[in-house]
Amino acid sequence: MTGRLLEVDKLIVEYPAGGFGRKQPFRALNGVSLDIRPGETVGLVGESGSGKTTLGRAVLGLAPVTGGAIRYNGRDISQLSRSKRRELSSEIQVVFQDPYTSLNPALTIEQILTEPLTIRKVAKAEATSRVRELLDQVRLPADAGSRLPREFSGGQRQRIAIARALALDPRLIVCDEPVSALDLSTQARVLALFKEIQERTGVAYLFVSHDLAVVRLLSHRVAVMHRGEIVEWGDGDQVTARPQHPYTRTLFLAAPVPDPVAQAERRAERQRLKAALTTN
Amino acid sequence: MTAVPLPPEAVPGVSAVEHAGVFRRLLKDPTGVVSLAFLVLTVLAGVFAPVLAPHDPDKASAADILAKPGGRYLLGADGSGHDILSRLLYAIRPTLEGAVLAVLVAAAIGVTAGLISGYYGRWFAGAASWVASLLMALPGIVVLLAARAVIGPSLFGAMTIFGILIAPAFYRVVHAAVSGVRQELYVDAARVSGLSDARIISRHILTVVRAPAIILAANLAGIAIAIEAGLDFLGLGDLSRPTWGGMLNDAFTNIYSAPLQLLWPSLAIGLTCMALALLGNALRDELERSGTPKRRRRAKRAPATVSVQREPVITHDEIAGSAGEELLLVRELAVGYDQPNGSVQTVVEDVSLTVRRGEVHGLIGESGSGKTQTAFAIMRLLPPGGRIVAGDINFAGVDLARGSEKEMTRLRGARIAYVPQEPMSNLDPSFTIGHQLTEPIRVSLGVGRAEARARALQLLERVGIPDPPRTFAAYPHQISGGMAQRVLIAGAVSCNPDLLIADEPTTALDVTVQAEVLDLLRDLQAEFQMGVLLVTHNFGVVADLCDRVSVMRAGRIVETGPVRSVFADPRHPYTKSLFDAIPEDSQPRGPLLTKETP
Amino acid sequence: MFRFVLRRLGAGVVLVAVLSTLTFLLLYLSGGNIARRILGQQATEDTVLQKKHELGLDRPLLTRFGDWVSHAAHGNLGDSWFTGQPVSDAISSRLAVTLSLVIGATVVSAVVAVVLGVVAATRRGWADRLVQFLSVLGFAIPGFLVAIGLVTLFAIKIHLFKPTGYVQFGESPTQWLSSIALPVIALSVGGIAGVAAQIRGSLLDALRQDYVRTLRSRGLSERRVVYKHALRNAAGPALSVLAIQFVGLLGGAVIVEQIFAIPGLGQVAVGATGQGDIPLVMGLVLAIAVIVVVVNLAVDLLQGWLNPKVRVS
Repeated sequence: MTGRLLEVDKLIVEYPAGGFGRKQPFRALNGVSLDIRPGETVGLVGESGSGKTTLGRAVLGLAPVTGGAIRYNGRDISQLSRSKRRELSSEIQVVFQDPYTSLNPALTIEQILTEPLTIRKVAKAEATSRVRELLDQVRLPADAGSRLPREFSGGQRQRIAIARALALDPRLIVCDEPVSALDLSTQARVLALFKEIQERTGVAYLFVSHDLAVVRLLSHRVAVMHRGEIVEWGDGDQVTARPQHPYTRTLFLAAPVPDPVAQAERRAERQRLKAALTTN
Repeated sequence: MTAVPLPPEAVPGVSAVEHAGVFRRLLKDPTGVVSLAFLVLTVLAGVFAPVLAPHDPDKASAADILAKPGGRYLLGADGSGHDILSRLLYAIRPTLEGAVLAVLVAAAIGVTAGLISGYYGRWFAGAASWVASLLMALPGIVVLLAARAVIGPSLFGAMTIFGILIAPAFYRVVHAAVSGVRQELYVDAARVSGLSDARIISRHILTVVRAPAIILAANLAGIAIAIEAGLDFLGLGDLSRPTWGGMLNDAFTNIYSAPLQLLWPSLAIGLTCMALALLGNALRDELERSGTPKRRRRAKRAPATVSVQREPVITHDEIAGSAGEELLLVRELAVGYDQPNGSVQTVVEDVSLTVRRGEVHGLIGESGSGKTQTAFAIMRLLPPGGRIVAGDINFAGVDLARGSEKEMTRLRGARIAYVPQEPMSNLDPSFTIGHQLTEPIRVSLGVGRAEARARALQLLERVGIPDPPRTFAAYPHQISGGMAQRVLIAGAVSCNPDLLIADEPTTALDVTVQAEVLDLLRDLQAEFQMGVLLVTHNFGVVADLCDRVSVMRAGRIVETGPVRSVFADPRHPYTKSLFDAIPEDSQPRGPLLTKETP
Repeated sequence: MFRFVLRRLGAGVVLVAVLSTLTFLLLYLSGGNIARRILGQQATEDTVLQKKHELGLDRPLLTRFGDWVSHAAHGNLGDSWFTGQPVSDAISSRLAVTLSLVIGATVVSAVVAVVLGVVAATRRGWADRLVQFLSVLGFAIPGFLVAIGLVTLFAIKIHLFKPTGYVQFGESPTQWLSSIALPVIALSVGGIAGVAAQIRGSLLDALRQDYVRTLRSRGLSERRVVYKHALRNAAGPALSVLAIQFVGLLGGAVIVEQIFAIPGLGQVAVGATGQGDIPLVMGLVLAIAVIVVVVNLAVDLLQGWLNPKVRVS
């Protein structure tokens, strides 16, 4: 019982039929199980349609769960009412992929960061100092509070999104492809920030990404998803460098490496693997 | 750069701070000021009509029937001897009150319904939509006529019913705005932050609704006034008091005796309607302009002149035996955008590169480096406002920088081809895949329909599409992203081009699909012996596909050379920092150390 | 595709049914003393009661409605209470007239609007600003003001042809044309403005899309890109606006017919509703509802042809 902050147990998520030509209900997650310990980063890797984003959204209460359970500190949160779910907001938070649409362009940074605090009925003075504290944690200048999102770059906006997620001191943050939209150098800096925050506050991450290399940097354990199911789940180093499952190996070999000689060899190996799989 | 599209042009909401600013800005817009002033004056005239009117509007003087303007009656007297000016003034209040009533009724119903259906959707949206279609199918005047038969000449009743009839306009606008914003990630973030629905709506959704609703209200008020006037003109309004439409009717019956009298009520109706419409328009212009980030961005230091400054480029030595026929020779290229203040902002400066036949030249950089702009410039397909301000682009003896549009059109497709980044948005949604493949083939190669079709099917097979005839007949929205990209590649090579410009062709694709598309590009390049300029931000892709590479930063090339050489020994500090930032081969985290870990 | 048409037809039938029911209900509620109005103030109570019985006004609502529906299904819309003329005759004789006005105005609107919208979107500059300004004005100014202005102009100042009155097509095609020219122009102004603005906006939007650049990169001429591809994509929203304008045109026709003394449905509508002539009003509502349904169906089919996504959904 102890040691498990979040437990996903044979989770099934189905989107109902109807609505835009969906005749049958669409099963996005087909019995998925994993767990996250306090202070741990679990990486969740997959391509589009794998269900990785759906799993993240289910943990956040944004997807329709039709089977299985999601347990937070032992308590099943998969079927909570809206009002009960709101109470969890100080425990589970989110950082989304798109830095351009995850911040309301019409609000100032201060307004965005104090939004989660208003629910807790925090006094104005305390809220202002908390904002400064948060901006400091993500290495943004204190005067950022009065500015609008569009005055910041993509990387800076992600920092603001991270600050917002930290506002209520959560124990778990679902990170949905948080660096996929960022430049290479910005990506490295933001990943370093994620790591630093975890080391300092002990927060746990469910880190969703399509990039095995990115996930490797941050994750203690990694799960690989394909078509709504987890096909490989284990130690981060092993899964991202020496995968076992054929799909993970295909994924691993498909990502090109920045070394022309090594890449040529990988290409050959990938084609061998593909030939082997198609003859089976 | 990445799969995420560029930041949206129009900002969906305007903050409270900006709203006050908009009003002030509106006062600077001439049409806005004039129409607002006119409306304010009209309202005041209507309120103070009893004071301003020279005569009692109902006092008819038989002796003064159809009196000419001037003298006792400033604008003349109508067919019964009433003073026209007084009647005009007294008619203002009921007219405006009626219009306001109609708009308020419509807004109350439409905005509420739109908010609920946009936010909660599902069955309510379906039902509301159906009702809205029903209401919109009813011709307003006809319904009002029928209503009048029932309720008699009541302005209050007529305008209430009219308000119900035009509520769908508010509904549609609000529903569209709300359901658009509902999908935004910041609304999801607000939910996760624990905000209640009511709070989310008031904080995030209403701001988006405000602007379009106000603009619509102004326009609908104008229409309401027109309808009122129309009913009064038909003699179906309240005949006991002065109305503009009634006055128009009176003047119309006397059209041959006193045609000038038509002018006054026409002006009253026409100018008021115009003022409302122009006000709505001015509001829309101001709100759209305040939304565009370009205006607000702090003005970059625009270079005073367009003279290109040379900076040293680190060039690695050529590998022996790699020289081939030079296809593309770009020399000191500079690309700039004209700014509203007259200066030119350069996004590419002093770029020189060479692409040889049979060679893949990678152009790598982060966002804002100018790599895509360089690619567009070579094809002369820069976005509006952009132009080549210096340098030359030599392709097969033609200077592309100075060639005529006709020459360029001839070269594009046939000799120079382009593969874009986003597969789905680069296919015309209204035509089948087959049509989009065969049309350029027929135009460029001049072949007939049957042969073009045969070629297209062959190409589809060549690029690895499983069922060519099926895809040929399909529409873009019916195929996946990976297939769409293959189609685009097929289209690009359809006329055997010499030079292929690929702008991040795999960035928007899944990694497994990416690998296959890169394989395809490699095969095609070898088969057609094309020279390829590959724009990307991914060093792995460069390592996989490219023979030479140029690293761009802030519009310039900082390092260039054969791939093996640059990758083995990056010399420029920027190149080195990029290599350091690559997560590949990084240190893993290792398992979590807790008391429970064995 | 077939199912698409069937669904639209079904929706249309429902619309007609709902409209008829609502109208009948409204007229029933208007109560009033129709019999007295027909016979005049001098009539005795007995004659009024007799008239009421004659017209069937003393029967319950549902029976009356049921009767009307069953008769209507056979094409019998009853007789006008005031003139005694069969409703179907009264309407059919004037339907063609009103339709020629409304359809004429729609066609003129569409053609002129496309030209203006394309010019504004492709030329930009002063042409664009002019079209935009005219659009706002044209949309704002009520059609009947334009009509009055035209009548005044041609009746008082320019004596080119008789501004009012109507000539049957059978009598003289040229005179028919000149008799509907002014009303059609008056009705078109609003439509042109609305549709031109929409086409301009949609076309500008379409030209900003990625696929336009890709099409250009394939060597297609600017002409092809604009007229074949971009315009096709821009047509959908413009068609929707045109459909909405059409509904407004039916209403506008009522007033315009009065002004130009055109013997169409509008004149009948004003008279019938003023007097409370229920069979006639019901007949009119039915006729208009059917017209709207047919037009909407045609527009939907056209939208399906233009936009493949609509077909599939």
